[in-house]
Amino acid sequence: MKIRNRLAGAGAAGIAAALISMLAGILFGCIMLVIIKPAAAGGGIVSMLTAGFSSPEKFAKVLYQAAPLVLTGLSVGFAYKTGLFNIGASGQYTVGACLALICGIVFKLPWWVCLLAAMVGGAFWGLFPGFFKAFFNVNEVITSIMFNWIGLFAVNLLLSNIPPVLANYYGAANADRTAALAAANKSAIIPTLGLDTLLRSSYMNISIFIAAIVAVVMYIILNKTTFGYELKACGHNKNASIYAGINAGRNIVLSMVISGALSGMAGGLYYLAGTGQYTIEKNLLAMGFNGIPVALLATSNPIGTIFTALFVSYIQVGGEAMQPEFAAENITIIIAVIIYLSAFAFLMKGFITRLIIKNADLIPEGCQDGTEDLPDSSGVPGDVEQNNKSEEADRS
Amino acid sequence: MDYVIEMLNITKEFPGIKANDNITLQLRKSEVHALLGENGAGKSTLMSVLFGLYRPDAGVIKMGGKEVQIRNPNDATALGIGMVHQHFKLVEVFTVLDNIILGMEPNKFGFLNKKEARAKVCALSEKYGLQIDPDARIEDISVGMQQRVEILKMLYRDNEILIFDEPTAVLTPQEIKELMVIMKNFTAEGKSILFITHKLQEIMEVADRCTVLRKGKLVGTVDVASTTKQELSRMMVGRPVSFAVAKKAIEPGEVVLDVKGLTVPSKRHKHNAVKNVSLHVRAGEIVCIAGIDGNGQTEFAHALTGLERPSAGKITLKGQDITEARVRQRSKLGMSHIPEDRHKHGLILDFTLAENLVLQRYWEPEFQRGGFIKKEAVRDYADKLICQYDIRSGQGSATITRAMSGGNQQKAIVAREIDKNPDLLVAIQPTRGLDVGAIEYIHKKLVDQRDAGKAVLLISLELDEVMNISDRILVMYEGEIVGEFDPKKTTAEELGLYMAGARRNTPAEGGGAE
Repeated sequence: MKIRNRLAGAGAAGIAAALISMLAGILFGCIMLVIIKPAAAGGGIVSMLTAGFSSPEKFAKVLYQAAPLVLTGLSVGFAYKTGLFNIGASGQYTVGACLALICGIVFKLPWWVCLLAAMVGGAFWGLFPGFFKAFFNVNEVITSIMFNWIGLFAVNLLLSNIPPVLANYYGAANADRTAALAAANKSAIIPTLGLDTLLRSSYMNISIFIAAIVAVVMYIILNKTTFGYELKACGHNKNASIYAGINAGRNIVLSMVISGALSGMAGGLYYLAGTGQYTIEKNLLAMGFNGIPVALLATSNPIGTIFTALFVSYIQVGGEAMQPEFAAENITIIIAVIIYLSAFAFLMKGFITRLIIKNADLIPEGCQDGTEDLPDSSGVPGDVEQNNKSEEADRS
Repeated sequence: MDYVIEMLNITKEFPGIKANDNITLQLRKSEVHALLGENGAGKSTLMSVLFGLYRPDAGVIKMGGKEVQIRNPNDATALGIGMVHQHFKLVEVFTVLDNIILGMEPNKFGFLNKKEARAKVCALSEKYGLQIDPDARIEDISVGMQQRVEILKMLYRDNEILIFDEPTAVLTPQEIKELMVIMKNFTAEGKSILFITHKLQEIMEVADRCTVLRKGKLVGTVDVASTTKQELSRMMVGRPVSFAVAKKAIEPGEVVLDVKGLTVPSKRHKHNAVKNVSLHVRAGEIVCIAGIDGNGQTEFAHALTGLERPSAGKITLKGQDITEARVRQRSKLGMSHIPEDRHKHGLILDFTLAENLVLQRYWEPEFQRGGFIKKEAVRDYADKLICQYDIRSGQGSATITRAMSGGNQQKAIVAREIDKNPDLLVAIQPTRGLDVGAIEYIHKKLVDQRDAGKAVLLISLELDEVMNISDRILVMYEGEIVGEFDPKKTTAEELGLYMAGARRNTPAEGGGAE
């Protein structure tokens, strides 16, 4: 029982550390606003902190942006748990969005088919970095960055060459963006189940609930299944996984494919809401990169990701409300500060954990047959240091 | 009595554990003072305090009777304290000379002046018989020479108090002898040595006095001349330890493992690491492959267990050809493998103890249903092994394996591999870096397997281990089996000659094995 309490203590410490870094980041933001424009600072701070709850419509916006953030956060966090750094979420998100829009606008398919198509697109785009990593040992960071750009321009090229997908095909003036779903195919819009009238906002649909369900599913896969066990084993120690007879190459590919599918689904959720149109631009979409802070802040815990995504979305909406006195980019700075602090949060987590367990009982639970119940000196840092040292030796 | 350094009533506490509890250690001038204790007894912590890596919570350090403060390793160096770490601290791509002068490079106006340094290093190397090549790169020289470089680093800094942290773990029997002579030379020069080791034989040979720690507490300091190995091990472990392993006479049964003409290419050079090796292991016998590190044992073990592909040869397990079989297939067929490197292959250090204990079996119906892991079953199984094999850890089956001591990590691997109830147990250096108590325990488990009619293939660098527990000894040298011996009819000296390549049997006698 005592052991359980200690583990719960460690979890609580993680949450506490994340909260501390969020609060400190916001505090930093407030000071920054005061310095930039003292006169408007008061109003700016209030908008930043309260805009998300100021009206049902604003709250709907928070949920609307949070849904794809949860998924890109899950995507980055899932890859991280399996020992990979998927910085290609943006490309996978874009390819996913593209397939979803083609299915919805050109083929007039229902929303859930479009969403599946988005997952397939993202998975396909995650396949390449995974494949190169597993079989040629090419660093997935490099390939996935390249595939961000390849994905963006391939999607732009593809969409601009399919006339029926563009807005002007449906009578609108612009040819640089995809058609509004409301005009092209209403069945491709994610259902609202009346939530839009409840919150009086066209942004509101069931996507945040879909994202939350996916987060729970990912939690179960990672923590309850043999598949998740294998993936994590490969992530922590590829050599030991091979020793245990696990097919490490296959698992690396699968992990990138799943991670890609999550990012692709995020693209689907965002564009199938029917409020945004994909604009042909030359910049990578930020939604993929925003998954990184979401995952970091949640220490890659799928359930935590739901809450950190909501937080990031909330202050982004706050940032929009600060305009025109303050540029919305101030929020980007605050998020960046929070990420830096969340790195410290890892240190703080250790510190807080130690505070919590300091007085806890360290005697291990005894064996039934009355084996000697001596506290082993296994916790001595000297030993841990020795372990690390020999690991260093392994690497060299 | 004059003491060069005294550590008085040192206490160092980490959250939840007293690593050092009121320990006093006094080092006399010109003595070799051994520090003995099991893994986790607090030796490393005590030396870290002396070397300035940790500050003690209580207690003082005195030098020549005066209290000194050692806040960091630079303070220690300034006081003439030097340390050879168990895992060397050398820059692989630098030359020997560069490594020795690193940190106190002689220079004129910021320009290196290596001439002076070279002269000093060469003089020291000659004086103490520490042969080195000052221009060779660390990555190209043998482990023994790397250790001499570490020793020269201390001498170059004019250290008077030398700490050796398990220096013999990486050396061949001949090199160990040389090191003992060198240590004697140092003390004759007036230097004082602190010698951390697990090996009682070495203490008996070289040390003047010995301080024993157990579970963070001081057991006592004794004169080596007036004690015995048995007495020292009793002090260290807290109970009598038997060195001879009790084995009943047993008639080996059928051939379980049969290897024919196995050849494995090397990853490091163009030649084959294992050349045309044939051997067999029968049920109820322990066959040991002895040899100096780096003579193809690792590659042989990897090919045998499926981690590497051999380029030629055939491996048969219980009559089935497994030359091409995957690791999991071999495991299902009844092969267990205690790997050479417990951190690289044996454990996933960031997993819990329970998760590691099912690493070879998590996919069995006992532990999963429909792809979902049965957490309760895993925990119950882990608790069973923890009790049965006396694996000690801070938080039972929920302990993160990284936080466990080396001996208990190894026990966990041994428990996992033996509890699989294999027909063939392949154990590679299963006692490396462990203390006497744990070694005794693991040897007993290996012999139990043999007595239960299993085949055991042991690959070891330790001659004592080889002589003690095997039924048949094969010596491997440069990738070949150069001799086969009956442990009852051979001596460590004879084996040493074969291991060093000075003698070999014709393949018909040795390599054939049948």
